Amino acid sequence: MSEAPAAPPAGSADQYRADGIDLLLRPPEPRAGWRLLPARVVAMCAVELQKLRHDSTELYTRAVQPALWLLIFGQTFTRLRAIPTDGVPYIDYLAPGIIAQSAMFIAIFYGIQIIWERDAGILNKLLVTPTPRSALITGKAFAAGVKSLVQAVVVILIAALLGVALTWNPLKLLGVAAIVVLGSVFFSCLSMTIAGIVLNRDRLMGFGQAITMPLFFGSNALYPLSVMPGWLQAVSKANPLSYQVDALRGLLLGTPHHLALDFAVLLVAAALGVAAASSLLGRLAR
Amino acid sequence: MTPDVAEAVACTGLAYAFGETNAVDGLDLTVREGEVFGLLGPNGAGKTTAIRCMTTLLPVLAGMVRVFGHDAAGDRMAVRRLLGYVPQQLSADASLTGRENVALFARVFDVPRRERAARVGQALAAVGLTDAADRLAGTYSGGMVRRLELAQALVSAPRLLILDEPTIGLDPIARTGVWEHIGAVRAATGMTVLVTTHYMDEADQYCDRVGLMHRGRIRALGTPTELREGLGARRRAAGTAGTDPLPTLEDVFRDIAGSGLDESSGDFRDVRSTRRTARRVG
Ligand SMILES: Nc1ncnc2c1ncn2[C@@H]1O[C@H](COP(=O)(O)OP(=O)(O)O)[C@@H](O)[C@H]1O
Ligand SMILES: [Mg+2]
Repeated sequence: MSEAPAAPPAGSADQYRADGIDLLLRPPEPRAGWRLLPARVVAMCAVELQKLRHDSTELYTRAVQPALWLLIFGQTFTRLRAIPTDGVPYIDYLAPGIIAQSAMFIAIFYGIQIIWERDAGILNKLLVTPTPRSALITGKAFAAGVKSLVQAVVVILIAALLGVALTWNPLKLLGVAAIVVLGSVFFSCLSMTIAGIVLNRDRLMGFGQAITMPLFFGSNALYPLSVMPGWLQAVSKANPLSYQVDALRGLLLGTPHHLALDFAVLLVAAALGVAAASSLLGRLAR
Repeated sequence: MTPDVAEAVACTGLAYAFGETNAVDGLDLTVREGEVFGLLGPNGAGKTTAIRCMTTLLPVLAGMVRVFGHDAAGDRMAVRRLLGYVPQQLSADASLTGRENVALFARVFDVPRRERAARVGQALAAVGLTDAADRLAGTYSGGMVRRLELAQALVSAPRLLILDEPTIGLDPIARTGVWEHIGAVRAATGMTVLVTTHYMDEADQYCDRVGLMHRGRIRALGTPTELREGLGARRRAAGTAGTDPLPTLEDVFRDIAGSGLDESSGDFRDVRSTRRTARRVG
């Protein structure tokens, strides 16, 4: 159309009619009721996967630490036989703990992303879409879950390379995926809740650093409950990470487990996390 | 409730305070359906705060805000479905492509999958970003980011487009480009546009009606010509017109705000956020 003698300048109404804007004249049909939440979750997860596709360096840099844990700590303690693991080689025993740890690290630092999105104006724009706050938080939490899941796959592959005897039963792996996502929903909501309280990236960074190690060491990721002093056992029993590790061990190694309890605890923790983070999201928007 | 369709936005006695600061202090404002309404005022006048109340981002603490008849305090989801919002900051996600940025908004506005790609394509074409659509938004210039945000807002076919300082921090050519796209989209779709700016000359040129805002309230309202001619007439009546040409909107504003404008306008927050915008643009 630029050959036309009286071509309108770029950005004129005539040009738009020629290019076609018919779809932009019709508001989309609102999704009703229960179908809204899954749609928002899918939207947020899609964004997370797109970001991972454009830049996957984080995936590799974050794989270094779990690899070192398995390689050094795992192999050394397998030889030492210092930790009672019911006949399972220690590196095998450790692997589910490290998978849970690396998923938790990603989720715990997810709150920083929400503060970054607030600072960049992205969060405000999302809040002016027909997305209830709880749906936005749930979407973000599952997006963190998807990211953690991709990370977990990397760590599982590293563990397999190091000779850990993991299950390849697809049903059990599906269970592993569900547990990883549920755990990440909880931990990302924990971090978004703290974000809603401290409201600032540096403070959240400090908080994240302060809680990740206690959560990790105060769980059954490295050693069984039975070797812990009483007070640590109590901490570990209140720590959702322990339930995540228990389930992952049961599913991946076939060790004794409490799958129903683990799922129930993680589900309740995730729901409470979503509720807490949603109620504080408004503070971030102000 | 029968929504009054002639009024896109109706604010009465809207007030919002941040601690001691009365950012919006009894705002009365009506935006008519189909017009381009400019909310004008210096930094710190309360424009952004007023906009954030209308977009449901801030609670309506006092007064009433209606968007096409829907109460912005009570019926938030209905209000949000009618809005396209471009905030003051450049707010595209730098780690997604232009197309992905727009697709996200198509998704969260429930555009069905079968027409999503086509709709996103049309929105990108409408702002002239078809060729750059598959590049990361982090590589865009400031003017391109603004146009991308316009596409994000347009993809849901809003009835009311709200733009907060759409040209802040842009170079003159990019500014003209943004305004031309706003004007053309309005002409093609007939949507209502509410835009804030502190550039009086832009409002004069592109807005059907303007409201001059100062210290949280509208101090003058009308078409740019009405306001300028009104001041001209007052000056002639007072014998102070001299040989000046027709007054500009800026003169109108100085007349309303009186002296003290320079000291009261702008504060640290504004300087900081403007710098941030400028850095992202530059
Ligand atoms: N989040 C905030 N916290 C505290 N004060 C704020 C906040 N946002 C705006 N203000 C204050 O409210 C007043 C109006 O600001 P704003 O609505 O941004 O004005 P404008 O958009 O017209 O420049 C200013 O004095 C500003 O400092
Ligand atoms: Mg502003």
